Amino acid sequence: MPQLPGLLKGLGVTARTAARTLFPKRGLRTLIPAPQQGSVTVQYPHEKEAPPDRARGVIALHEENCTACMLCSRSCPDWCIYIEGHKVKAPPRRAGGAVRSVNVVDRFDIDYALCMYCGICVEVCPFDALFWSPEYEYSEPHIADLLHDRIRLSEWMETVPAFEDYEPGSEQKVRKVPDFGPDDFLPERKLADDDAVLAPAADAATSADG
Amino acid sequence: MTAATDLRSQQAYVAAQAADARVNVELDTGDMTLNIGPQHPATHGTLRIACQLDGEQVISAEPLMGYMHRGYEKLCEVRTFPQCTTLINRIDWLGSFANEVPFILAAEQLMGIEAPPRAQWIRTILFELSRIANVSLFLGDMGVQVGALTPVFFAFRDRERVLNQIEAVTGGRFHPNFDRIGGLKDDLPRGWIDETHAVMAKMRGFCDEMEDLLMGNEIFQTRCRSVGVIPGEVALDFGLSGANLRASGVDWDLRRDANPGLAWDEVDWRVWTHPDGDSFARYWVRLQETREATKIVDQLLDSIPAGPIMAKVPRIIKVPAGEAYVSTENPLGEMGYYVVSKGGLEPFRVKIRTPSFSNISVVPWVMRGTYVPDIITILGSLYFILGDIDR
Amino acid sequence: MSGAAELAGLLGLAYWAETSIKLGVALIVIPTAALLLGYLFLLKMMAFMQSRLGPQDVGPYGTLQLIADAVKFLQKEDIHPATADRRVFRAAPVVVLASSFLLFVVLPTGPDAVVENLDTGIFYAMAVSSLSVLGVLMAGWASANKYALLGGLRAAGQLIAYELPLILAVMGVVIQADSLNLQEIVRAQAEGEIFGFGLIGNPFILTQFIGFLIFMISAQAELTQTPFDMPVAETELVGGFHVEYTGFRFLLFFMAEVATAFAFSALATVMFLGGWWIPGFDFDAPALNVLGPVVMLIKILVVAFIIFWIRFTYPRLREDQLQKFAWKVLIPLSLANIVVTGIFKVVV
Ligand code: SF4
Ligand code: SF4
Repeated sequence: MPQLPGLLKGLGVTARTAARTLFPKRGLRTLIPAPQQGSVTVQYPHEKEAPPDRARGVIALHEENCTACMLCSRSCPDWCIYIEGHKVKAPPRRAGGAVRSVNVVDRFDIDYALCMYCGICVEVCPFDALFWSPEYEYSEPHIADLLHDRIRLSEWMETVPAFEDYEPGSEQKVRKVPDFGPDDFLPERKLADDDAVLAPAADAATSADG
Repeated sequence: MTAATDLRSQQAYVAAQAADARVNVELDTGDMTLNIGPQHPATHGTLRIACQLDGEQVISAEPLMGYMHRGYEKLCEVRTFPQCTTLINRIDWLGSFANEVPFILAAEQLMGIEAPPRAQWIRTILFELSRIANVSLFLGDMGVQVGALTPVFFAFRDRERVLNQIEAVTGGRFHPNFDRIGGLKDDLPRGWIDETHAVMAKMRGFCDEMEDLLMGNEIFQTRCRSVGVIPGEVALDFGLSGANLRASGVDWDLRRDANPGLAWDEVDWRVWTHPDGDSFARYWVRLQETREATKIVDQLLDSIPAGPIMAKVPRIIKVPAGEAYVSTENPLGEMGYYVVSKGGLEPFRVKIRTPSFSNISVVPWVMRGTYVPDIITILGSLYFILGDIDR
Repeated sequence: MSGAAELAGLLGLAYWAETSIKLGVALIVIPTAALLLGYLFLLKMMAFMQSRLGPQDVGPYGTLQLIADAVKFLQKEDIHPATADRRVFRAAPVVVLASSFLLFVVLPTGPDAVVENLDTGIFYAMAVSSLSVLGVLMAGWASANKYALLGGLRAAGQLIAYELPLILAVMGVVIQADSLNLQEIVRAQAEGEIFGFGLIGNPFILTQFIGFLIFMISAQAELTQTPFDMPVAETELVGGFHVEYTGFRFLLFFMAEVATAFAFSALATVMFLGGWWIPGFDFDAPALNVLGPVVMLIKILVVAFIIFWIRFTYPRLREDQLQKFAWKVLIPLSLANIVVTGIFKVVV
């Protein structure tokens, strides 16, 4: 079979793409132009792309779990997490036990102007206090506003999706995003109920709230 | 022949030479220095090529690099081993996952660990996916270099699907940071294998489209054939690697020849070479390799073994003293990491052998006597990533 | 020519009044033509060929995008390079634009709807269209920029190589129509017959197909569209001769480029596709003064579609390859075309 010249083939490719973009519908409706469906453009401010659940968009902080252990801050490759904490006395776990001392976070800031979105902090946290959320719309006109404090970081918790199932053959366990009630992360409540949250049945209390 | 005629012919020769010289002096037009770059659409980054031109013909061309030097070798020395991968991601930013692999393999070699098979499989899959993401952009970008507007849009359109797959697993489109010493950060999410099969079919369609739209185009062929010919020996002398070397007819592929512990041995694929060594051959080889990579991914996806994705690794990673060099066949060519450890948390020294750096070193040799438009064709077909040159 | 004069006489218009009306119409038509082509092909068709949507936000379906762009260009600072030859630098875009304005003077769109029906219309059009290269050369030289200079010189080289086949391709039509007058060329097509079958006339694309091909290829080079856009060559010369132009002056170049594309499509329509004549009408039917422009527009859009389709699909040739193609293929071919046409003219 004689080869079609490449010049014509090329014209065919562009024409086909144009036709596909302009008339993506099949069957009788073929003749209705619908470039909105045929093109791959996402008209950003009007419509949004949904990144996959694992996408590293923004880091959310589950403050109840954080013990201000500084591991994340130390393993961050560009040291953009700032943590301050202090110790408070908490009631014993069992009646008659010794009074415990617990770390409370006073300051937890992540500077997104510096962050490389590497995910090391989330990974090293031993207490499940940091999570990735695929949210990406938090650009700011001023670079200083990219420093998210613990309130803002806690608010992101709402957007953290549940962990996905794995492909068959995996031995990984599907982790759970900790339950949080609608106002669990609100700092006023947190400060007021410091004792309640740190009470022996802290876990039960949190899940009951949610 | 008598002495007299001898003398006469000699005189005639001298006279002719002198006349020639006079003519040449009269016709001598001054050279022009043309700086291509550091900011020029064809250098996709900040490479500068200082050219001496005679009209539109290149007398000499010298690549000047360093505008984008970020000092990653030094920065690695003050980062712990797990932190290094985030920097390494940013060397060849189009195929970032492939960058992590040789470094992690070197560290694993020093620690004497081996990743479990499932991790090796997934590593290989992601490695090939980043190759597809990287090279498919070249396939379109080469069109822009020779003046065709449309192919690059097709490349961005279809590469996005591959990036989406990478993002669905690793969480990052460009900087996955997914490889860990001893295995991987996480396993594949459910449904990913089927989606990737579909994407691979699409990518094969993309390759066909590129063949019809660009590679088969007679104008493209006139622009690229016998432009920037690099014979095999020269390519070896300059340390070229990857598709640039294979396009010069040298059958050399680290994936096959020195498989450092990934799953390439387990699947059926072939190394493509082209005898010509010109720009067209480089395009052709890369197109075939993209097709081949989709086949590798398809086969690997069907045969992922079950099991863990992480070997037993201490929580705090200290790499025993020693040195190791591991290189793999990255999208751009041989990328190697020479890692020296003194037994601490951080590497003592990391030397990064990047493919683009060696590939670009052939530029002065190959550019001599070409025309200005050929500079662009050759640069495009050598396919370098600036981050990979300057690190 | 006589038709126009009669019409003017009927309406009782003085020469200056008639001329200024025609001028006003032309001044409206040219920017509109540029906008129409720019929007339809440069923005929308290119987007669709690349699986994109194109502009969407300014006006319905992005129709006002180019006007917004023009306004944007007007706001930009008018930068002159320090070492530029300022007067030449400023004049260059005007020369380029003037050459494409002048082209519109002879384009007939109906029996009387023509600005000036010159007897040597086609000769005039060819001459005027090559003026634009002068502007390009001026721009390249005056910018005091090496890229611009290379672009300008390439444009000059291209002119010499491509003006010739362009004119030779036209010669075939002229021989067949027996006239240099564009109206007469349309008439020859309208009144011609194909083997005695005269319903659709005889559009010269049928008899002069080779001429048509050569004309289109040369026009592509004349318009500096891919595959012959070396003077511009974004990836090599970063825009070539207009690399130093900003704001309004850049806009002039852009408008000239699109307007010339329109004018050349119109020339091709007139010479090869039967022009404004509609089968079934008398050649002088007054209705054609209204319907003619519409038919012309449709035909022009078809021709322009081909020009831009090729532009979006093909890579660009190298300058020396282009010269080789012009001198070794196009010029001999067009000469042969003239010879064959001449023989047929004499024999038939
Ligand atoms: S993701 Fe950002 S904050 Fe977390 S470790 Fe990496 S750079 Fe630091
Ligand atoms: S977020 Fe995690 S690692 Fe960081 S201080 Fe809190 S508990 Fe420690």
